[in-house]
Amino acid sequence: MPKMNLTHFEAAVLFALFSSVVLGVVTKRTDSERIRYGVRCFVYFVVALFGLGWLMHFGHG
Amino acid sequence: MPTNVTKAEAEAPSARSWYPAVGLAWLIPGGGHFLLKRRGRGALLLACVLAMFMLGLLMRGAMFQPQTGDVLTTVIYVGGFLGDLASGLLYLLTVWLGYNQPDMAGHVHDYGTKFLVAAGLLNILAMVDAYEIAIGKKE
Repeated sequence: MPKMNLTHFEAAVLFALFSSVVLGVVTKRTDSERIRYGVRCFVYFVVALFGLGWLMHFGHG
Repeated sequence: MPTNVTKAEAEAPSARSWYPAVGLAWLIPGGGHFLLKRRGRGALLLACVLAMFMLGLLMRGAMFQPQTGDVLTTVIYVGGFLGDLASGLLYLLTVWLGYNQPDMAGHVHDYGTKFLVAAGLLNILAMVDAYEIAIGKKE
């Protein structure tokens, strides 16, 4: 089985994607609410990813 | 008929109504939803947990073995083991087929280990959802 090499960004975006879908599916009661919540979670994940990325960039000096 | 049954006990859902759904949800991600005729949601849960688990394996993530010692070691290793175990059949098959990746340095291995645990944690959310549907708390 070949080893998959992903960058930090790719791995974190995939993590965000799958987690957001599951959170959307299990949290809300109607399909439209689920889609909205899933998309919102994904956006929050990505914003946090960029925020923490820049924080670490400046933290390293 | 016994009269010492409390109101809470009388209103509690019978185990028979949720055991099969929750058990199947643990064994096969999304299986509880399939059993309860929520096929679309079951398919989404199966796809996400399976993808997360497979990506973890492809990145050569390590499976946690339960270890005890100081509090932090116990929390990390026992918690990680329970997270891995929550993937159900995926975890059991992987271990039975001999997957034994040592914990190595490197961000890809590290992400792999986290993906494997996260797949189990997402499956726990799916099991809770299956339970709520089975007892009629949720549609």
